[in-house]
Amino acid sequence: MITTLSEQPDAVANAAGIAVRCDRVVKEFGEGENRLRVLHEVDVEVPAGELSLLVGPSGCGKTTLISIIAGLLDPTAGDVTLFGTPRSTLSERELIAYRAANIGFVFQQYNLLPALTATANVAIPLLIGRVDRKTAFARARELLAQVGLSDKFNTFPAQLSGGQQQRVAIARALVHEPRLLVCDEPTAALDAQSGQTVLELLCRVAVQPDRAVIVVTHDNRIFGYGDRIMEMADGRIQAVHQRDTTSPSGDAPDGPHAQDADPFGADPHSVLA
Amino acid sequence: MNWVAWQMLTGDRAKYWGTIFGIAFGTLLISQQTALFVGLMRRTASQIEGVREATIWVMDPEVQNTDEIRPLSDTDVYRVRGVEGVSWAVRHYKGLARARVADGRFRQVMLMGLDETTMIGAPVEMLLGSLADLARPDGIIVDRSGFEYLWPGLEPQLGLELEMNDRRAVVVGVCRAGAPFQTFPLVFTRYARALEYAPPERNRLSFVLARAAAGRDTAAVCQEISTRTGLLALSRDEFFWRTIQYYLRSTGIPVNFGITIALGFIVGTAIAGQTFYLFTLENLRQFGALKAMGLSNLRLVMMILLQAGVVGSVGFGLGMGVTAGFFEATKNVPHLTGFYLPWQVALGTAGAVALIVVLASLVSVRRVLVLEPAIVFRGA
Repeated sequence: MITTLSEQPDAVANAAGIAVRCDRVVKEFGEGENRLRVLHEVDVEVPAGELSLLVGPSGCGKTTLISIIAGLLDPTAGDVTLFGTPRSTLSERELIAYRAANIGFVFQQYNLLPALTATANVAIPLLIGRVDRKTAFARARELLAQVGLSDKFNTFPAQLSGGQQQRVAIARALVHEPRLLVCDEPTAALDAQSGQTVLELLCRVAVQPDRAVIVVTHDNRIFGYGDRIMEMADGRIQAVHQRDTTSPSGDAPDGPHAQDADPFGADPHSVLA
Repeated sequence: MNWVAWQMLTGDRAKYWGTIFGIAFGTLLISQQTALFVGLMRRTASQIEGVREATIWVMDPEVQNTDEIRPLSDTDVYRVRGVEGVSWAVRHYKGLARARVADGRFRQVMLMGLDETTMIGAPVEMLLGSLADLARPDGIIVDRSGFEYLWPGLEPQLGLELEMNDRRAVVVGVCRAGAPFQTFPLVFTRYARALEYAPPERNRLSFVLARAAAGRDTAAVCQEISTRTGLLALSRDEFFWRTIQYYLRSTGIPVNFGITIALGFIVGTAIAGQTFYLFTLENLRQFGALKAMGLSNLRLVMMILLQAGVVGSVGFGLGMGVTAGFFEATKNVPHLTGFYLPWQVALGTAGAVALIVVLASLVSVRRVLVLEPAIVFRGA
């Protein structure tokens, strides 16, 4: 079952180490009269060892918040602390290096390089980290095997299905063993079956005790996979729902928490409206 | 990441070859037209280059180029010889004559009259016969291209006859010589005989060819000759450039060639730039993803410059290869004698291509530099 953290303040303290902490994060776009505040002093914490879902309607600020967490956008005010390192203490160059070493990305549109094979695509984060190509490719093949694509090492993205491309993207996001995995609508471009496969894969491969996984989604089919659901609306975190891991249903092996797939009641969009 | 850049570049074969084609086309136009232009300009002064022994050319002060000559008095050669610092000075005739071959056809020829004793200005490379044969009665030497003009289809041979100014001339030699600006056969003969072949005039000495004495500065001797004789004395280089500058000033040749060369540059830049930019645009999300994954701007720029460098090098090689092939294939065509690919043109073209590549990649570089990595979090 899922409970609301606001009703159980001690839950955060009881969770594993905090991976991401947002302190009064504000983001504004534009200047003068055209200034638009997209995030309003967002305070949120994401623990390691869990798969956290960031949900909310379109335009509520999910993408902006995740971009700031991932170090792709600068906050207008406030700060983000990643594994104990305040972002404000990092120079631009240090931030890029930090991102390369500690953050993995899974994108809605996969963003695989069409000219590269699956192996080469997966190896990119290691190549960015200046690992030699032979070592990087060997490690990439290991990851591809983990995501069930042992027979697709030399296949180009155009020859893969959407689900297979997303699995390649997951392998790419994990190949350099990042401490934070950021997934942007990873199932939005996939059919139900492929989406389920990808989420199961994320739960099985990505979630590690020392790694946080944040998935931005408005796909209610995957709500059941989250250990924690952070609900956003109008640039604010409206509620954080934490799965009760002591529940017998908490670790259902075939689609985690399947019976809790709808944490918000019969209509998952009811609280998002 | 250089390997990734290479794979990205060659992954889309159509765009890869499209960009290369643009650069190769630009290279071909620039190098071939520039080489033709340089060759054409050299041809205007090829008779000056051909006289290697003389370092000083003395002429009427009004002379602007080698083809429009106001003759000197025959005695001017003695006046030049009398100037201090002149090692030697000889007569030289250069003019046009109408030649008629045995079957009645006419051809305008460029007649070169050489000093009887020294043969200063004689062709250096004889293909048939020898220079000494000019001593034979009515002997003339014809250049290889001129032979083809006068006797088309005939293999170069000696003993053929032609008629100039109602006087008989016999081919006693065939030589290789720098082709003139116009497609006139070059006919070399002794000075006195050249005057017989040339149309009658009161004065017929075209130039006095001279050389400064050992240890004397050529420019100073030229100045001395001009002062003492009232004639114009120029060093060989000065006269070479004076002639070329005359043609640059007085003809539309530089403008026409310049337009073609500029078009080559513009078209090459446009094709290469557009194709390369499209390539970058299509990969913009991928570049954004690379940025998000931690690739620095510097390394991204290096990737783009590497891609531009590769297409630039391959395109330059192909274009220059076609140009070199053109000049190799046409080197024996008579009316293209004197045209070749100077290394300076190849080097200059390489510079132009480098500029094309830089211009073509600048827009792409800028686009990638200002690219927000957060673009990757937006849907298609």
